[in-house]
Amino acid sequence: MHTHNIHIRNGRVIDPKNGVDATLDVFIADGRIAALGRAPAGFVAERTIDASRQIVCPGLVDLSAHLAGIESELLAAVAGGITALACPPDTKPPLDEPGLVERLVRRSETLGLAQVYPIGALTRQLDGEKLSELSNLTRAGCIAFSQAKQPIVDTQVLLRAMQYAATFAYAVHLQAQDHHLTGDGVAHDGEIASRLGLTGIPVCAETIAIGTALQLARETGVQLHLARLSSAAGIALVREARRAGVAVTCDIAVHHLHLSEMDIGYFDSHARFDPPLRSDSDRDALRAAAADGLAAICSDHTPIDEDGKQLPFAEALPGATGLELLLPLTLKLAEEMKLPLAAALARITCDPAAILGIEAGALSIGSPADVCIFDPAEPWQVTAETLRSEGKNTPFLGYEMAGRVHTTLVGGRVVFAL
Amino acid sequence: MHNPQLNSNGELNHLLSIDGLPREVLTHILDTASNFLEVSDRDVKKVPLLRGKSVFNLFFENSTRTRTTFEIAAKRLSADVINLDVSRSSTAKGETLLDTVDNLVAMHADMFVVRHASSGAPYLIADHLHRVGRNDVHVVNAGDGRHAHPTQGLLDMYTIRHYKKDFTNLRVAIVGDILHSRVARSDIHALSTLGAAEVRAVAPKTLLPSAVEKMGVRVCHDLAEGVRDCDVIIMLRLQNERMNGTLLPSAGEYSKCYGLTPKILALARPDAIVMHPGPMNRGVEIDSEVADGPQAVILPQVTFGIAVRMAVLSILAGN
Amino acid sequence: MPLSELPDAEAQCAQLAELIRPQLSPDTALVGIHSGGVWVARRLRELLGLSDEIGLIDVSFYRDDFGEKGLHPQIKPTSIPFDVEGRPLILVDDVLYTGRTTRAAINELFDYGRPASIRLAVLADRGGRELPICADYCTWQIDLGKHEELVLEADASAHLQWRLAQHA
Repeated sequence: MHTHNIHIRNGRVIDPKNGVDATLDVFIADGRIAALGRAPAGFVAERTIDASRQIVCPGLVDLSAHLAGIESELLAAVAGGITALACPPDTKPPLDEPGLVERLVRRSETLGLAQVYPIGALTRQLDGEKLSELSNLTRAGCIAFSQAKQPIVDTQVLLRAMQYAATFAYAVHLQAQDHHLTGDGVAHDGEIASRLGLTGIPVCAETIAIGTALQLARETGVQLHLARLSSAAGIALVREARRAGVAVTCDIAVHHLHLSEMDIGYFDSHARFDPPLRSDSDRDALRAAAADGLAAICSDHTPIDEDGKQLPFAEALPGATGLELLLPLTLKLAEEMKLPLAAALARITCDPAAILGIEAGALSIGSPADVCIFDPAEPWQVTAETLRSEGKNTPFLGYEMAGRVHTTLVGGRVVFAL
Repeated sequence: MHNPQLNSNGELNHLLSIDGLPREVLTHILDTASNFLEVSDRDVKKVPLLRGKSVFNLFFENSTRTRTTFEIAAKRLSADVINLDVSRSSTAKGETLLDTVDNLVAMHADMFVVRHASSGAPYLIADHLHRVGRNDVHVVNAGDGRHAHPTQGLLDMYTIRHYKKDFTNLRVAIVGDILHSRVARSDIHALSTLGAAEVRAVAPKTLLPSAVEKMGVRVCHDLAEGVRDCDVIIMLRLQNERMNGTLLPSAGEYSKCYGLTPKILALARPDAIVMHPGPMNRGVEIDSEVADGPQAVILPQVTFGIAVRMAVLSILAGN
Repeated sequence: MPLSELPDAEAQCAQLAELIRPQLSPDTALVGIHSGGVWVARRLRELLGLSDEIGLIDVSFYRDDFGEKGLHPQIKPTSIPFDVEGRPLILVDDVLYTGRTTRAAINELFDYGRPASIRLAVLADRGGRELPICADYCTWQIDLGKHEELVLEADASAHLQWRLAQHA
């Protein structure tokens, strides 16, 4: 496919991986970053994008996004500046067959929007009992394996799964949550759940599972990524492990950086999440972890229609739409914590790219031209109309956000323009 | 956050939970209930206040007792009462809760009395009515999951006020499965709002919610200590489902540790009253001798319950 | 109208008693409508030498404006300490105006039983009737405007007097 020579003029280029933060022009040729600053010899721009007063950064990398309706969600992704995303295995049916993975990869390649990196099911049907064909699934395109939000109750099975994955140096992502301690809990086991009469999930459900996962990871040598941390105690365990030299990574869902159990209010089912929103002090610890780089940030995009949310709290489906909120909510965190933009953007570009082991999240010379151009100050209102995702479910519905994506490029092609 | 129970004039528009209601609203309901007590003593036990109004009892969780008292209360106000049998209704066929509500509103329902197994269900209904512009339809929570049973809380407060007059120096012990009890939560909020001196939550650790102290109670694991010198003892029913072995080993052991016997009752003040929301498990949480004794006010609670519910229905209908 | 020009309510009670006396039967019972009607009914009971307790009626639960105004904030108890069935009753109020309070009181009395008859005794009839109701016994007729309110008050020593108030 012929790609145009593109000249992005006058934007503030922030590339955290390569330590760039300056007003520079960007030159794209053959679908790759050709140069920063000065045009390469003989470069003739076929398209010029004026990025004055805007930020030019690597296309965002999202560690977890459910793609219910693949086309609408990938459109939403690029509208949110996301050029690469990992799709968790809890599709229907789960991604435990190479054929399903191939189909997903082909479909998304045909759409030519954000690039989809499938995370395969660690066990068949995600049932936590029998291993999937990890090697065949990797050949089909999987870049890591997880259980999505399903538990592996049998620790023996978890041990064997990690051993097998480690054999081939495959990465395992785990949302660490003890199945029995979670029970039928729907909210953080604390003041709010007690008051509202909701079944709580104690913090120890997370810390015990993290402890188990870390020890088994040490035993097996598997590359472990802990997904969707929710508590201060959980963060503390990861910090301790890292200090002891364990190569574990982790991420936090972007809604958890801003919300807590207090946001349940009068049983607002938009505040129903898995893992649950915990206390204010848990949220503060999550924010600190995102700020100092211990954790990457992801959207955990979960589009749910009205029927799934217009139910009593305990019956509603957990999760929020996130592809189009990942950037503005990360910018909001940066502003509130006085974090340099480069650090904040690293959490949603090079850090997740490194976790996934993909060539993305940076504007290195010669790398694919996946670029996000956004106005950091431009306000927009989160409404059913402005959200392109089919999921309109977020506690931020009706709120005003700052940070609007104007142009998104994937492989040097403009896939989104406001 | 706008309080979904109050309208823009600060008047009660729905009764969903005692938590969040100002003291004046609670006392207004109790004062109004006094007047309705007298109606129940007449030969014609009716006043025409809710004539022409339709009150729908939407009970998704079975309860003949509560439903019957609401039915009596509504009929004494001359309202038309319709009982929705959920097990045979379209809800069982998969119709959503809100679709059911919409259909009933289209049938000119003026008031819903809702009991549901999920905490928060009445809020969902009230919010929905607000969004479809039907602020003239009122919701009364007859018990939602573990969260609240506001009319029970109110009738408990009416009972206490009747026998003890003033809440300020009162020590109240609530004994039993507080973790799973919507009655306990409503009582705790009401006592707190009305200014009770001390509320004690008496239960084993497995039957207490986390952070229960944050609701303003003093926790006691020992029944004798919990009951000592108190003015009011509220006994909660121990449900059979709890005796499955993981929360409590057996009803027998529970009864030995937390059952109200005459000997334990003697540790309270001599004029202490014993209350129970009913139905009682005689011999488990309460001895028959106590339940039938002079300090028990369990039957008056039922009478007061009708007057309190009449007060709630008429205040809502008039706002 | 200055205080000095308003009639003496206590004297009017005596007048009202004399209007009623000729038609009194042995089992006539008085029922006063809260609050002014109750005060007048108590006076009448003394003046007429009746031995039975008077009935007290609060019409809050029978008013026809419940839909617009809701429940009245101060409800007083209704208490009818005698059997209404077959008895001649005299309903007593301080001021007769639209007639709606009387209508509500009659409805409420009929929920207690079927009286032989109900007669209405008032101190003042200020006109402005909206229902076909009239007083059987009345001591004072006065036409007042919509913005005027005639109020019977009892002072600290329970002495009854009139007050005329203006509304916005």
